[in-house]
Amino acid sequence: MMRYVLSLLTALMLWSLPANAQTGPLRIEITEGVIEPLPFAAPDFVSDSATGTEFGRRIAEVIAADLTGTGLFREIQPEAFISRVTSFSSPVQYADWKAINAQALVTGSVTVDAGGQLVVRFRLYDVFAGQELGQGLQLVGTQDGWRRIAHKVADQIYSRITGEAPYFDSRVVYVAETGPKDQRMKRLAIMDYDGANVSYLTDSASIVLAPRFSPDGSQVLYTSYESGFPRIYVLQVGTAQRRVLEQQDGTMSFAPRFAPDGRTVVYSLSRGGNTDLYRMDIGTGASTRLTSAPSIETAPSFSPDGNRVVFESDRSGSPQLYIMPAGGGEAQRISFGQGRYGTPVWSPRGDLIAFTKQSKGRFHIGVMRTDGSEERLLTASFLDEGPTWSPNGRVIMFTRETQGAQGSASLYSVDISGRNLRRVPTETGGSDPSWSPLQD
Amino acid sequence: MTYLSKTLLLCAGLALAACSNPNRFDNATGADMNGSGMAGMAGSASDPTSPLYFQQSIGDRVLFAVDQSTLSPTAQATLDGQAQWLLTNTDYTAVIEGHADEQGTREYNLALGARRANSVQEYLVSRGIADNRLKVVSYGKERPIELCSDEACYSKNRRAVTVISVVPSS
Repeated sequence: MMRYVLSLLTALMLWSLPANAQTGPLRIEITEGVIEPLPFAAPDFVSDSATGTEFGRRIAEVIAADLTGTGLFREIQPEAFISRVTSFSSPVQYADWKAINAQALVTGSVTVDAGGQLVVRFRLYDVFAGQELGQGLQLVGTQDGWRRIAHKVADQIYSRITGEAPYFDSRVVYVAETGPKDQRMKRLAIMDYDGANVSYLTDSASIVLAPRFSPDGSQVLYTSYESGFPRIYVLQVGTAQRRVLEQQDGTMSFAPRFAPDGRTVVYSLSRGGNTDLYRMDIGTGASTRLTSAPSIETAPSFSPDGNRVVFESDRSGSPQLYIMPAGGGEAQRISFGQGRYGTPVWSPRGDLIAFTKQSKGRFHIGVMRTDGSEERLLTASFLDEGPTWSPNGRVIMFTRETQGAQGSASLYSVDISGRNLRRVPTETGGSDPSWSPLQD
Repeated sequence: MTYLSKTLLLCAGLALAACSNPNRFDNATGADMNGSGMAGMAGSASDPTSPLYFQQSIGDRVLFAVDQSTLSPTAQATLDGQAQWLLTNTDYTAVIEGHADEQGTREYNLALGARRANSVQEYLVSRGIADNRLKVVSYGKERPIELCSDEACYSKNRRAVTVISVVPSS
């Protein structure tokens, strides 16, 4: 994983204008309903070397894929171009790009420096305003890390045009699945948010479930049957070294999640058939019990400020969502619709809670406000579950499983508007995604 | 259901470690291991002291209603038989596996499977089995035994299976 570390030697004047200072037409409000995707052109980044030219082609490709993948942008194919970008410093022929209705234009260059590092520069133009949007930016990184450079460029473009925080330079840890339903083999896997650069963190000797990133993305909590019983583990992403966190005899533990402090973990512990929530300091291993009810309490998730925990409980007779103080105490029910609610996950923006809902034989991914109001269902299928938020709180990734003996699980993503449902490409089946924070 | 006996035969043949680990599932062990030599080691289905007899004649599993962990009269009758067998065959311990159908979220189903396995454990203990001979594990919806996505299969997947092992209790 560490080989993708990117050195940002120069972060030139990162977008210093406040978002509302933008003027002119080049602006997408992504909270609006159905919108017409914004047409953009991203010619291959130019280079004076063969190696650089190849990276320039691939980087432009990934940038375009990132942008079009949001559903907010539409790429204009190079065949339509009137102007050719042959030099990064030449003036832009706005009329040529206007003629093909490219509202945004991305140009860039790649050089390979003496140490073999890629030096990538780019500029973003508002074609119809006839001016640059934001400042040119230079990024430096290893050749191995070329996709990260591309994602960072795309993140800049996305942010400048939407005014939103970005999310392309991020990773997803998930459970890679192979084999038939009754002998499903499961391994922890990690990949870029777009499915590239997958690597495996565990073998398939034991069932593994529901990984979750630490707030800094360096560690992953998950549940494994390595001991023969479900127990919670913490794994270092860089080394794949793991250690068990909870191993009281006669108990099972699962559903571990980090607090925003990166040191506290909340999880479910099952003893004598009763599942409650516990809280552990992973430094000392000391744990305290947060709930004491004969009902099932599981699937916790911290609020971004770390003060509250939303979780799932069937104390009312069916699984519903509740919020309690992070140290335990009285819980307030927030889900009141028809059906069963589970796997609540607090948005990184703090404003919404994503959940799984089971109703009338169908499963949905939905969002509601933290007081339970304004519930909206974003998906429907035989089995959708386990939402995870993009770092900017605008996209949700989840597991979709198809029915029947040949049923298999895949990862999907959808905007919080309910638009832009897509399958996330993985080389095997996939489930239980957890989206990392934006990388440094 | 022949794969069940294969599993058991394999377990008996490999003894100890392989079977003490409940990280197994109903039909995952090698399907090509059904050698007659192993049958001798496991005892035959007609030998009432054999795990095979426990599995095939007494019944190693009980089924549950949707979302429930209460034991039906049928389930209790099966467990009475299991208890009787365990009282007689004191060299054996058991791991009780709780399972759920696929209609539920993963972690809720883990908790539900734990409830089911615990129901069976409590019942067996109430019938005189020392609780240190019984361990419980939940597989949630991770190990269905029937694969279709309707009630015919779900009803068989909502189960608790008592897996006999020859490991001495700790």
